Amino acid sequence: MLVLDSFEYFAPTTVRQALALAEKYRGRSRFLAGGQSLLPMMKLGLASPNVLIDLNRIKGLEYIKEAGKWIRIGAMTRHNAIASSKVLAEKAPIMVEAANQIGDPQVRNMGTIGGSLAHADPAGDWGSVLIALRGLVQVTGRRGSKLVMIDKFFVNSFTPRLRSGELITEVRIPTPPRRSGGAYVKLERRAGDFAIAAAAVQLTLDNNDRIRSVGIGLTSLGPTNLRAVKAEKILTGQLPTAEVVEEAAKAAAAESKPVTDPLRGSQDYKRAMAAVLTKRAIMMAVSRARGGG
Amino acid sequence: MAVTALFGARVKRREDPRLITGRGKYTDDIQIPGTTYAVFVRSPYAHARIKNVNVEKALKAGAIAAVAGRDLEGKIGPVPCAWVITNADIKVPKYNPLAVDKVRYVGDPVAVVVAETPEKAHDCAKLVEVEYEPLPAVVNQEEAVKENAPLLYEDVPSNIAFTWRLEGGNLEEAFKEADVVVEQRLINHRLQPTAMETRGVLASYDPSTENVTVWMTSQNPHIHRFLLSVMTGIPEHKIRVIATDVGGGFGSKIHAYGAEAVVTYLSKILGRPVKWMETRRENFMATIHGRDHMQYVRLAAKRNGKVLGLEVKAYANLGAYLSTAAPGIPTWLFGLMLSGPYKIPAIRCEVFGVLTNTAPVDAYRGAGRPEATYLLERMMDILARRLGMDPAEVRRVNFISRQEFPYQTPVIAMYDSGDYLTAFNKALEKLGYSEFRKQQEASRKKGRLLGIGISSYVEICGLGPSRAVRSTGFGLGLWESATVRVHPTGKVTVYTGGNPHGQGEETTFAQIVADQLGVPFEDVEVIHGDTGMIPFGMGTYGSRTTPVAGGAIAQACNKIIDKGRKIAAHLLEASEKDIEYRPGMYSVKGLPDKKVTIQQVALASYAAGANELPQGLEPGLEATAFYDPENFTFPFGTHVCTVEIDPETYMVKILKYVAVDDCGKRINPMIVEGQIHGGIVQGIAQALWEQAVYDENGNLLTATLTDYAVPTSADVPEIELDETVTPSPHNPLGVKGVGETGTIAATPAVVNAVLDALSHLGIEHIDMPLTPTNIWKVVEKTKSAREIK
Amino acid sequence: MSARVITLTVNGRRVSCPVEPRKLLVNFIRQDLGLTGTHWGCDTGNCGACTVILNGKSVKSCNILAVQADGGELLTIEGLAENGELHPIQKAFWENHALQCGFCTPGFIMQAYWLLKQDPNPTGEVVRNMLSGNICRCTGYQNIIKAVLAAAKEMR
Repeated sequence: MLVLDSFEYFAPTTVRQALALAEKYRGRSRFLAGGQSLLPMMKLGLASPNVLIDLNRIKGLEYIKEAGKWIRIGAMTRHNAIASSKVLAEKAPIMVEAANQIGDPQVRNMGTIGGSLAHADPAGDWGSVLIALRGLVQVTGRRGSKLVMIDKFFVNSFTPRLRSGELITEVRIPTPPRRSGGAYVKLERRAGDFAIAAAAVQLTLDNNDRIRSVGIGLTSLGPTNLRAVKAEKILTGQLPTAEVVEEAAKAAAAESKPVTDPLRGSQDYKRAMAAVLTKRAIMMAVSRARGGG
Repeated sequence: MAVTALFGARVKRREDPRLITGRGKYTDDIQIPGTTYAVFVRSPYAHARIKNVNVEKALKAGAIAAVAGRDLEGKIGPVPCAWVITNADIKVPKYNPLAVDKVRYVGDPVAVVVAETPEKAHDCAKLVEVEYEPLPAVVNQEEAVKENAPLLYEDVPSNIAFTWRLEGGNLEEAFKEADVVVEQRLINHRLQPTAMETRGVLASYDPSTENVTVWMTSQNPHIHRFLLSVMTGIPEHKIRVIATDVGGGFGSKIHAYGAEAVVTYLSKILGRPVKWMETRRENFMATIHGRDHMQYVRLAAKRNGKVLGLEVKAYANLGAYLSTAAPGIPTWLFGLMLSGPYKIPAIRCEVFGVLTNTAPVDAYRGAGRPEATYLLERMMDILARRLGMDPAEVRRVNFISRQEFPYQTPVIAMYDSGDYLTAFNKALEKLGYSEFRKQQEASRKKGRLLGIGISSYVEICGLGPSRAVRSTGFGLGLWESATVRVHPTGKVTVYTGGNPHGQGEETTFAQIVADQLGVPFEDVEVIHGDTGMIPFGMGTYGSRTTPVAGGAIAQACNKIIDKGRKIAAHLLEASEKDIEYRPGMYSVKGLPDKKVTIQQVALASYAAGANELPQGLEPGLEATAFYDPENFTFPFGTHVCTVEIDPETYMVKILKYVAVDDCGKRINPMIVEGQIHGGIVQGIAQALWEQAVYDENGNLLTATLTDYAVPTSADVPEIELDETVTPSPHNPLGVKGVGETGTIAATPAVVNAVLDALSHLGIEHIDMPLTPTNIWKVVEKTKSAREIK
Repeated sequence: MSARVITLTVNGRRVSCPVEPRKLLVNFIRQDLGLTGTHWGCDTGNCGACTVILNGKSVKSCNILAVQADGGELLTIEGLAENGELHPIQKAFWENHALQCGFCTPGFIMQAYWLLKQDPNPTGEVVRNMLSGNICRCTGYQNIIKAVLAAAKEMR
């Protein structure tokens, strides 16, 4: 039978309270969002906080809404809510596609986008998708909120740019314009496993079918979710021909920084898959941007 | 009253109503007042000397008991090995229930703490301080036998616990006559059985009667009672072991472990119930692992595909201690089946049992037979490749034909019955073998990687005839017991020594008895799992329950029918030889109106008056039978599957899976199919996903279900089943057993299919599991080797 | 540390109980409520044997603290049959031999219950994906898929 180490527990009802508690128990506390990553870690003894601050009673952090040029998603929004969001299905279907590939259905009922980002697992899915969308993370502390570009949000494996006493409260993605398409292609050993590798691509085509803008995020291919900068440069302004896509895919592989996972894939394999998955994701994104499936 | 035949009927299971409503009683569900909770402290090192164990802080924090290995010396005996194989120069090292001087694998239990609540036990266990002196560790069996390898035991040189040989026929001649010799190293890698319910025990010692009741996750309660008695010194008749509902076993719950004995002992000294349930991590680290067999194979054949001889040298990784049945699995249960369904005139097998700093290895679904079948089926395909023959053709050339039974193999096993070619043809036709080959050819031109794999198997199960079993060194004969008791009102209770844990015998045994005694199905109840109610039984594993436990039940029923005949004769005032029996009814020959039901006979047997019972006949209507089968049984079949490999990611997808199995007669086809489904998925899982992985320091990397890749519903293909029926000639019911066939057959079917898909790239073999990264590595290596050329 | 009293509705009945914050919901259900139909089979939230319906959603009760269920509504396997009448999903599992040892079964049934509420007419593929959070070691999933599709048909 599984028993956790003891901890003190608080269930604040406002962000302000949550932050005050984090401040008070600085260095000894953790936030509990969906719990689908934190609780397994606590069960295995990999995390043993003295204080657990439960965010689930805070009202007003679960929402998906369009606000002008942005789509704003509350940090406590569950993966499943994202998967079934009509707004996202219409405006940024890559979010829906990614949500459906996270964990399993029960995990998706509890896990949150904010919790996932704060966990900063290099195998995490949302960071790569937000990289592709050029999204922002709203970080709230005692002194107020600030918006952080996703590129700046991951410092290292399991190390987000969050001070103790700071909380993710919202995720923002710029609403993709017309002729946009995205895809999240994930390779896993078997259903529900961590990704061997994954690629997120979101792009917009101009009226001449050239790639006006593109974002490529890579999962399990480096110490954090990565942006494939060189690959993006190769694609920008170009017609998405087979040669261009191939070149971009190769570049993504070259700039990825995979390490061997003795169970899921060798470094060389992962690097090769970075190219394959990036290529596939680009092609799907292009097809969708053109109005295909 | 006509009784519909139940043998062969798809009867809904008796077990299900309680299980689908959450009213099953698994060991952890049992709650008795006053229960205390135990937590084990385990070694974080694969190999280390124990300098000191300090339990002071744990006791101060409120633990009721805190015990280390040395505290148990003289109190609990070592964990016994029950299969001390003969003629193998075997050394059985001492297997302490809690490690005393050394720990030998990560997870090896070192101390145990008992407290009033699970939380307290958890907290106190963290306060136990153990001082270790780490030693170098060795995890691979080939490394372990090398000269400078770390030694696990002073008295086991080169870590070799045994050397076993089996041979028959003239191997030298075979290799002399051969046109081709195929050599291959094959690895049947290590697996974690992963029953959904982890192991556990609730022991409740009653000081007033000095009896202890032990609820346990057990596949064989009587054997556990016997071994607990040996280990704890509590007299056997004062121990009652009860396996209530058990959540799967697959072999992992057959064996004796130190933990259950320790908990039983703790209950005795505390005079209180003590409960322990493994976490999944403990289960993965310290419940037995399966397989881990490294094989060096040489096959001699003629140009036409005819196999002349087979030579195998194998290194079996036994882990850090010899578990209960461990020595016999990679030896007897492997070697006996090295002829497979083929006529192989000469076979030689040499197996080294090697100890390493890993979890003990023992029987896991298939136990030795998957290792043999994988070997044969891979070699057949590799031979086919070398000769430029179709893999189907190579098998046809070698099958034992149905006229040749009983067939004596060179490796002792004598197959009682079989018809391999019919099942083989049926499977290939059902899948569309020749059409697929055409499709494969066409698709290769388009760059697609399609493959088809065959696996023809015969296995040995229905364990087993006691004389044969004992002659191999196994501790007890593998007969089975049954008591069938007809009550005065004609209801029937069946007590079986088999202990199903998902296999459905509460239903199938009721079907057998209802049919034989001609009573309504609802009137029969099957009891198992409680040593307090049932005569000694050997339990459920080795696909033995239906053939052997079922056989015992059939025999007990015959005894009842015979006795009933005597009573009926008396009741009907006829002579015994004039009494005819149809299920449920005795009548006088030629006088159909002179009849009496079995229920009337039952009542008469208990009433026992002058009109009811003949003089000299004992009252009552029950019978006990101990059935010792005259031979093993040999189910067989052919599985075929097709796969497609993604040419860029090398992910394998199974397109179609067809299985044709022959397990003799089927009592409840629905249940048989379920067993085959489950076995096949476990076999596929070994081929594609599962692998127990240790790093070089002996840390288990697959200690969670996140890391150990058991497949989900989204990963497995649809499975098509068919059958042939060749009844076992010696089994009273004509059944052979079917629990393990799926696992045995499926693994090579899938591996062969994947290699077939890659054969045009010049790849002959890839070791399992065939994960994308493993396949990619070999393909890339082959590609660059070709480019260099 | 210090226990707090939680109150929730369990299978239609209101219960109040003191619990330590560290107590997992699955342990609360099994030990404090004595509802042992919900099982546990792993340490990492992979196996799904502990699946229950909390506030209308299927969740893995081993990955939730009991205190998080305070004020909520919980449905476990014991609450599925009404007035002794089996739920169609339970019947379908029985009819289709979708269980062997039965240990994973309550978790599958609860997940199927939630799935069919979301999608009363799922395809086989949807069923396979929606059950991918539950592991079965005995059946090979073949009959479980069959049973869920049969239950869906029955319930429409």
